[in-house]
Amino acid sequence: MSVADYGFYVLCASAVVLLAAQAVLNPTQFAQILVFGLTQGSIYALVALGYTMVYGIIELINFAHGDVFTLGAYIGTTILGFLAVTEGGFTAFNLIALVIVFPVVMLIMGGINVTIERIAYRPLRNAPRLAPLITAIGMSFFLEGIMFIWKGPATVHFPDILPQQSTTVAGVFFGFKDVFVVVTAAILVSLLAVFINRTKLGKAMRATAQDRDAAQLMGIDINRTIAATFFIGALLAGAGGMIWGLYYNTIYYQLGFRSGLIAFTAAVFGGIGNIPGAAIGGLVIGLVAAFSDNYIGSKWTQVVIFGILIAVLVFRPTGLLGMRVPEK
Amino acid sequence: MSNASMTRRPPLRQRLRPREMIRDRDTAVYGVLIIVAVLFPIISIWATNGTALVSHATRAGYWVLLAIGLNVVVGFAGLLDLGYAAFFAIGAYSYALLASPQLASSPAHHAVHITFWILMFVSLVFAAVAGAVLGFPTLRLRGDYLAIVTLGFGEIVPQLFYNFDQWTGGINAVGLIDQPRLPVWIQGPWSGDGPVAWVRDFNFNGDPVAYYVLICALIAAGVILVTNLHRSRLGRAWMAIREDEVAAAAMGINTVTTKLLAFGIGASFSGFAGAYYGASVSLVSPDSFLFIVSITVLVMVVLGGMGNITGVIVGALVMYYIVFYLIPGLPDFARGLASDLGLQSLNNSNGDWPGLAEETQRLNFLIYGAILVGVMLLRPQGLLPSRVREQELKHAAVQEDEAAVEQAHAR
Repeated sequence: MSVADYGFYVLCASAVVLLAAQAVLNPTQFAQILVFGLTQGSIYALVALGYTMVYGIIELINFAHGDVFTLGAYIGTTILGFLAVTEGGFTAFNLIALVIVFPVVMLIMGGINVTIERIAYRPLRNAPRLAPLITAIGMSFFLEGIMFIWKGPATVHFPDILPQQSTTVAGVFFGFKDVFVVVTAAILVSLLAVFINRTKLGKAMRATAQDRDAAQLMGIDINRTIAATFFIGALLAGAGGMIWGLYYNTIYYQLGFRSGLIAFTAAVFGGIGNIPGAAIGGLVIGLVAAFSDNYIGSKWTQVVIFGILIAVLVFRPTGLLGMRVPEK
Repeated sequence: MSNASMTRRPPLRQRLRPREMIRDRDTAVYGVLIIVAVLFPIISIWATNGTALVSHATRAGYWVLLAIGLNVVVGFAGLLDLGYAAFFAIGAYSYALLASPQLASSPAHHAVHITFWILMFVSLVFAAVAGAVLGFPTLRLRGDYLAIVTLGFGEIVPQLFYNFDQWTGGINAVGLIDQPRLPVWIQGPWSGDGPVAWVRDFNFNGDPVAYYVLICALIAAGVILVTNLHRSRLGRAWMAIREDEVAAAAMGINTVTTKLLAFGIGASFSGFAGAYYGASVSLVSPDSFLFIVSITVLVMVVLGGMGNITGVIVGALVMYYIVFYLIPGLPDFARGLASDLGLQSLNNSNGDWPGLAEETQRLNFLIYGAILVGVMLLRPQGLLPSRVREQELKHAAVQEDEAAVEQAHAR
């Protein structure tokens, strides 16, 4: 164990002690914050997965991903508005609408993301490394521009169609929404894990991420594999956008910028390129944000999140679960 | 016989070799930039009868300075810095706090007024120290992890200036910032001030022409400094690290110190630019140093051609023109065009249609994004790439062509 490892464990231990003190002093409040943090973290995890998959395979920080997430919410609210769902309550029709709209939005976002990859990233695959980064930023502005023209600068309402039921367990408030968010996210992440580990395309993705040239020599179609990665990343982002909308009921066109940045931080936190790492990173960032909002004050949350990020990277340079790969 | 022809000096044109000088792209670009820099205020004041364009140029100037500084980090040493605005903020706040009444209402209860010429270097030192403090523990991180640390730093710093509001005024910003003073100054018709005259105890006081001269001098000093650094031992060490860090370390380069110097020198440029910004804008608020600023500077560097100083300057000017002049001017242009074409009805808002100018303004983001994507697709190596990079890219392209030919033969 190196000094850095000890530093990391000291850091973790002190955080745990501080939180445990709060938990003992006021367990109800603590549990309530925990619930909120997990909910928030599940959404970040879904978005972070897209970042980490794209980074793992082509080493690109895909700045447009946060906006793909937001665009998913925008398309979702439009389709739901089109279907004239009843708000403020849960009907059979709402359930059917959700079951239809979720996959539709996910597929639309997948298509859009593949198009983005085709237009803005694929021609630059052999260009200097920063060129695709700039086109990613350009695509981010472009998508924000589309949402801005489409619905204007103000916040947009997202239909509130989930059941309103809630229960209180030992003073802790659980809404159906909280459960819905966590369960949906968990299902999607498990599906992704199965896909990556069990299917042929998943294997191709892992091979391409490890060594693109060697993968190509083994007969893997690189372009198709990379397009598939963007497609799947956008499926999750689209679902994340829908879930965000259903949970908070307000969206606005620059939502993806801030939450994308935080989701990306989560991906790095878990060890970028590492899929379980991104999921855990998302949950941790969600919890950190929730605890900091309540115990320190919301104006310090950003400082806390990024401060912890820097500290983790200083003590553990490849993130929580990242491998220490030798430099090529 | 042969003596006479040998002693005859070659004509002036041959001695200056203007053709070769023009053919050397960097010399030509510098020449054009200097000529434009001298003529720009004279012509623009004469043509528009006002100093609005010169004010634009003074603002473009600090972007150029920022781009030159970031180029040291990104272009020379190959370290991706996504939080460059943080150092800019530190420079600007160093000047703003030490040269304004702000600290009188802080817990220090005593306003500090130090002259600009000293604070310029104080800001530089503060920014460089911040760069070193951030860099020291993090520079051993590989590749993009460093980019993330800088991104995080860039998010933290403005938020700190925002949160410590009893010192910095927070959202209310720091205003009433002192202006630089000079013992003598020369005025003349070129700045629209009438006949040539000496001015004693000159106060800049928001005078665009004076700021224009100041920023041109700063940029010139910066360019000379960076050019020399690039050619020095340190500059070659940066390049070696950029190309292959492991090989560079094997050759005996201390990679941590070298990277730290790149980070510190890059940061000191933005400290410089920050002090200038604080003086010329005379209002420093945490909102002026958000992520978008870091991104804009990065775009300037990449778009201009990483690692090439002339390219970066041109990139900064082009981006400034697009972001702060062309795109904000589009709505008025569209409105004017519509009335010229006899389509005034388009200009009035009507139901869902907010009016042509308003609608064009909504297009801003879209246009900016499309320009970024388009330019990078057309010239991935930047507008004026450095010669070495250009050769490398050509080499890679040739290799790929050869590979394609071989494949075709194999079939």
